[in-house]
Amino acid sequence: MKSICFYFQVHQPNRLRHYRFFDIGNNHDYFDDAQNAWLCRRVADKCYLPTNKLMLDLINENKGRFKISYSITGVVLEQFEKYTPEVIESFKALASTGCVEFIGETYYHSLAALKSKSEFKNQVKLHSDKIFELFGQRPSVFRNTELIYSDYIGEIVGDLGFKAQITEGAKHILGWRSPNFLYKSSKNENLVLLLKNFQLSDDIAFRFSQHSWEGFPLTVDKYVKWLNQTQDAECINLFMDYETFGEHQWKETGIFEFLRELPKGVFKKTDFGFSTPSQLVDNLKPISEIHVPYPISWADEERDLTAWLGNDLQDDAYDQLYELEEEIISSGDKDLINDWRYLQTSDHFYYMCTKWFSDGDVHKYFNHYDSPYDAYINYMNVLSDFRIRLSNLISKNP
Amino acid sequence: MKILMFGWEFPPHITGGLGTACYGITKALAKTGNEIVFIVPKSYGDEPEDYTRILSASEIDIDLSQEYIRQYWENISYIVVNSKLVPYLGLDDYYNVINQGSNKREIGFNYSSKRYEFSGKYGSTLFDEVEKYALVAGSIAKNTEFDIIHAHDWLTYKAGVVAKAFSGKKLVIHVHATEFDRSGENINQAVYDIERYGMDNADHIIAVSDYTRNIVINRYGQSPDKVTTIHNGADSFESVNIEREKNFNEKIVTFLGRITFQKGPDYFIEAADKVLKVDKNVRFVMAGSGDMLNRMIALVAKKRISKHFHFTGFLKGQDVNRMFSLSDVYVMPSVSEPFGISPLEAMSSNIPVVISKQSGVSEVLKYAIKVDFWDTDSMADAIYGLLNYPSLSKMFIKNGKEEVESIKWDDNAISLNRVYNNLIRY
Repeated sequence: MKSICFYFQVHQPNRLRHYRFFDIGNNHDYFDDAQNAWLCRRVADKCYLPTNKLMLDLINENKGRFKISYSITGVVLEQFEKYTPEVIESFKALASTGCVEFIGETYYHSLAALKSKSEFKNQVKLHSDKIFELFGQRPSVFRNTELIYSDYIGEIVGDLGFKAQITEGAKHILGWRSPNFLYKSSKNENLVLLLKNFQLSDDIAFRFSQHSWEGFPLTVDKYVKWLNQTQDAECINLFMDYETFGEHQWKETGIFEFLRELPKGVFKKTDFGFSTPSQLVDNLKPISEIHVPYPISWADEERDLTAWLGNDLQDDAYDQLYELEEEIISSGDKDLINDWRYLQTSDHFYYMCTKWFSDGDVHKYFNHYDSPYDAYINYMNVLSDFRIRLSNLISKNP
Repeated sequence: MKILMFGWEFPPHITGGLGTACYGITKALAKTGNEIVFIVPKSYGDEPEDYTRILSASEIDIDLSQEYIRQYWENISYIVVNSKLVPYLGLDDYYNVINQGSNKREIGFNYSSKRYEFSGKYGSTLFDEVEKYALVAGSIAKNTEFDIIHAHDWLTYKAGVVAKAFSGKKLVIHVHATEFDRSGENINQAVYDIERYGMDNADHIIAVSDYTRNIVINRYGQSPDKVTTIHNGADSFESVNIEREKNFNEKIVTFLGRITFQKGPDYFIEAADKVLKVDKNVRFVMAGSGDMLNRMIALVAKKRISKHFHFTGFLKGQDVNRMFSLSDVYVMPSVSEPFGISPLEAMSSNIPVVISKQSGVSEVLKYAIKVDFWDTDSMADAIYGLLNYPSLSKMFIKNGKEEVESIKWDDNAISLNRVYNNLIRY
């Protein structure tokens, strides 16, 4: 049977507050709890709660034939626990249907895989433990932050015991090949790769309400027709931010109606079913190896790392952060380690990106800073204070 | 003597040193027995009027019945500044010259009301306001008694010239800055033209430093006899004695000012980089904002010195004092600074200073280390020395404070009175 594999990314960063030069050395409170709480509440009401309810209905109505998967970061889970515990409950209800798979990632939605193997491993383990604690599942499929993948990262992920990793079906990696099959890592033949069909994913996630798009308005009939045009496909991997539903695409766009009708349309008019990532891995065979010498991601036209790393602001901040790893970890100080890890969340580096200067609309939506320079200054002020705390601690307990 | 004075700003509503200087000048002049009427484009009601009568141009009728005024109004071409917020002294200002036909004057100006509401800011209607301010000057000149006219900086030169034409009184213009200080070689021709027009029509020109006097002579073609240097005073600062908040162990070197071409922020960063190569026990702070801020942030990131280099953004009020209280060395690396009040403020707050030789204030200070703005090696040497040799910094702190207190606005007024008297006599 041909399968549609849905995976949704659930994440909200722990945003920094406005941290001034005069705060350095005086104030060790870095995070904007009020803003984080407000945004968490808003997105819960607009997206997480209604969409979870809809998903649960669809699973129940279709008696187990509709399946989905989630990757939920540790950072957002903590915010749910603090600000909107009912979101946790609604995910637990989804977990108990048996039709929902939870995928592993780094707890802090970090870029650690590119810098520190040991830190990366620690964060993956923290995340798996958290998922197990809340939802009773231990993830066996992995997705790295922003779908960042390379041969090297695949090796580590395989070593950690995951059977598969999710990444982007980037054109420059696939060439003439189709994302609609399973592949495997060129470095570890036991690690299966699931590649995102970015065309069909982004039709929903990005283009759904875009009036200038020729596919507008997107209906279930139209979408089902496109699914049927993917001949020979074994799996269509639809990977997207969960906030697509109700937050990026507001409910007025009709996104919820689309989602509600989609399974019915698929069952009636196609020979596709739905599978979780693990089911794909168990039922299908990888058709070939994929070589990825340089990291890829699911961001922008380039599908590379330049949304987070590459300009001087980002590289300076990133290098300074990880420079501290050894001292931080060996200090054993729980608060310090925790703050250091919150500072690793990729969003902080995304805010420093200068790529979108000319047309920053999409970017602006996700960014509470006036400019990448503001983001950098704020982050570096925090890091300066953090470094002072660390050196005070070390001089106290040499 | 009765002085009719034109100035674009007056404390407490100031954007830079100009307003502060105008206050110092009027205060000292008043103490020597002069009567001053000071015309600002817009008054707020909270200006100190102990020494000066402040008049708002927004509250004065423009008298269009006068033939001269009407002619003036109909023959000007004015210019729209095509930018939402033009910092008065910014480099990247973008101007768009529009020649308005004489019949198309409705924009922002109502004949029947005869009054014009000035913003007094440096916004997109700046050139328009400059022209209308000049018209108001005509009305004032007609209805006010005075002996001499004194106009501060280019925004008010036209007003001075109009007042002179109306009254036949002598015009003194006071050059606090020139277009070359603001924009380097890429001057705005429209501003230059107004400056030159003011200087050509002035009976005497005051420059705030020899540095500026040379520019006036060489770049604006003025006769040396007509230009007198009168340095600003410095004794009006309140020294800051806030208790230092000890948030760093390192010493702090501060740049405080607009982050624009004129102020040389990039040379400060070059010097910081050089100091940091030998001494990591120091932090540099760049306080302020301006059109070069983002470029400076990127430069610091690129040089990978951000561990020791901080940006505060724009500071005002109490935060400026806090910044001074934290500082161990103050640097003013200006590329072109007609005078430069900020190092004097730093010195009166017990901070040793490094200043560029391309500043007017370097002509009056002994207890400041002076370097060429481009000579970042020497700048780094000076900073390092003040940080690491306590005997040196102690001497600069002690003598610097005394020196600042000895640079008096009263002396400035004495020189000004001499200029006035010479003019009136002939």
